[in-house]
Amino acid sequence: MPWAARQQRVLPGFGISLGVSLLFISLILLLPASGLIMQTSQMSWQEYWFAITDPRIVASYKVTAGAALIASLLNGVIGLLFAWVLVRYNFTGKRFVDALVDLPFALPTAVAGVTLATLYADNGWIGSVLANVGIQVAYTPLGIVIAMMFTSLPFVVRTVQPVLEEISQEEEEAGTVLGASDSAVFWRIILPTIKPALLVGVALSFTRSLGEFGAVIFIAGNMPYVSEITSLMIFVRLQEFDFPAASAIASVILMASLSLLFAINLWQGRYLKRIHGR
Amino acid sequence: MKVFKTLALSALLATSAAPVSAAEQTLLNSSYDIARELFADYNPLFAAHWQEKTGESVTIKQSHGGSSAQARAIMQGLQADVVTFNQVTDVQVLYDRGKLIDKNWKENFPNSSSPYYSTTAFLVRKGNPKNIENWDDLAKDDVASVFPNPKTSGNARYTYLAALGYAQKAFGKDNTEQQDQFLKQLLANVAVFDTGGRGATTSFVERGIGDVLVTFESEVNNIRQQYGSDKYDIVVPKTSILAEFPVAVVERNAKRNGTTELATEYLSYLYSEKAQRLLADFNYRVHHPDVVKDNADRFPEVELLTVEAIAGSWDQAMKTHFASGGKLDQLQRR
Repeated sequence: MPWAARQQRVLPGFGISLGVSLLFISLILLLPASGLIMQTSQMSWQEYWFAITDPRIVASYKVTAGAALIASLLNGVIGLLFAWVLVRYNFTGKRFVDALVDLPFALPTAVAGVTLATLYADNGWIGSVLANVGIQVAYTPLGIVIAMMFTSLPFVVRTVQPVLEEISQEEEEAGTVLGASDSAVFWRIILPTIKPALLVGVALSFTRSLGEFGAVIFIAGNMPYVSEITSLMIFVRLQEFDFPAASAIASVILMASLSLLFAINLWQGRYLKRIHGR
Repeated sequence: MKVFKTLALSALLATSAAPVSAAEQTLLNSSYDIARELFADYNPLFAAHWQEKTGESVTIKQSHGGSSAQARAIMQGLQADVVTFNQVTDVQVLYDRGKLIDKNWKENFPNSSSPYYSTTAFLVRKGNPKNIENWDDLAKDDVASVFPNPKTSGNARYTYLAALGYAQKAFGKDNTEQQDQFLKQLLANVAVFDTGGRGATTSFVERGIGDVLVTFESEVNNIRQQYGSDKYDIVVPKTSILAEFPVAVVERNAKRNGTTELATEYLSYLYSEKAQRLLADFNYRVHHPDVVKDNADRFPEVELLTVEAIAGSWDQAMKTHFASGGKLDQLQRR
């Protein structure tokens, strides 16, 4: 590794640090994944196919993916707004609000689920108001969307925030001076710059929502074919002591998340290449 | 920081002191979710009994969770000495999948190794506004019921089988078409499918969902005691199911821990009069004749159908009704 040793680094020992990193990646990421594959490899292809295409499971894919899509798109809008406010404005309690963004990460998701269910139930603070106008949130797919939005909002805010901070106001001013309208400045200067970060944030929010369990099951109502999420179906299979089927369904979620992350990475690489020419 | 240090130090002392007092034995009881308070009260009772009998003191640890999840944990290595579950299949699986318990575990203690039992009953809102008296009322159009998901809860499996038992009596055992129609409607009326019994209780009591909560009679009584008789009424349907609470010594773990004798005594003492009185206080039905006589007014006379009479056996019930693609899945298909 002469190309690594040639330059004096702050942290020495490229070889050993790479080794330790790879070891940890193997232990923490690859080992569980291979355990999953081992469980499913006990099944024949036919059994595997049967396990993952059960109509009730398929219905749960639709509910999960649909709710995750809506939740992540809404998070894209709200998260961008949030990041904008945090970067561009100064107000009292700003640091507190900034810290508050991470709350969903710090809070056990089950606690979030119970709290949300309490708030949005027909006799809860928010739920009772919404019930007056005929909107029921708790125990419907809408509840799933809310729970997913709650647990994955920080992804969008925290990916967009640093990029927004880097945009120099001169570019915006130049645009305005040259006679561009406010909306033109936004669409042609600000948005293109933050687009990759925003997209990554939305995608992360989506993949996180696919796997969310604790926060969702308390507010979902878990009605078959209506509001059952895929993670719950894995839980159901485990309760039946049907470990292979549970792993089979889990592998579907794993593959969906992995391919999505991979696609985003690929796209981001290409985008950066175009922007920076490297 | 100082508090933390003392804590760590005392924990260290506790662990290092353990082997010195070898007379002190430990027992781990793995049990279902809502039995936490019950065993918290039973354990000191038993510890006193054991002290009197052998002169040794004993520490009993409790582990609670859904009983299927507990069974899974034991198969994966949880060192429980005894299990006290709410469903026969969750005990049986310990033999079937791991040979962890005796093959004839059901014959090791009286009453098929079930020291107490309960049935499935209804909790309705005060005054019973929807006039719910029996199982067929749960299939009416304007009734919303709350009980957990039979896929994830033994409690709900009893509910499902009790409803099936009622349907078999009402429409005739061979009239499966009408039975299915009835069950389909009953399942469609469920407002929330929580994953466990306590979750369903929360939905009904705290969130105000539904007209009727269907759960163990013991839980129904406990809720009414806790939340006030001015808010809820209890309805025990004339026909219901015998819900047994089986116990077993996890022989392989007990042998390794040297607690076989202690574990056996722990379970058989559940049949003593003192323990049976305690169980009755927790609103479980018991077998001890004196205790039964003293509590006669609290537990109405009900025809209790066994799982065997309704579905052949637990094994059969799991296969035909609750396995994936089984009857329950078909009835819920849209």
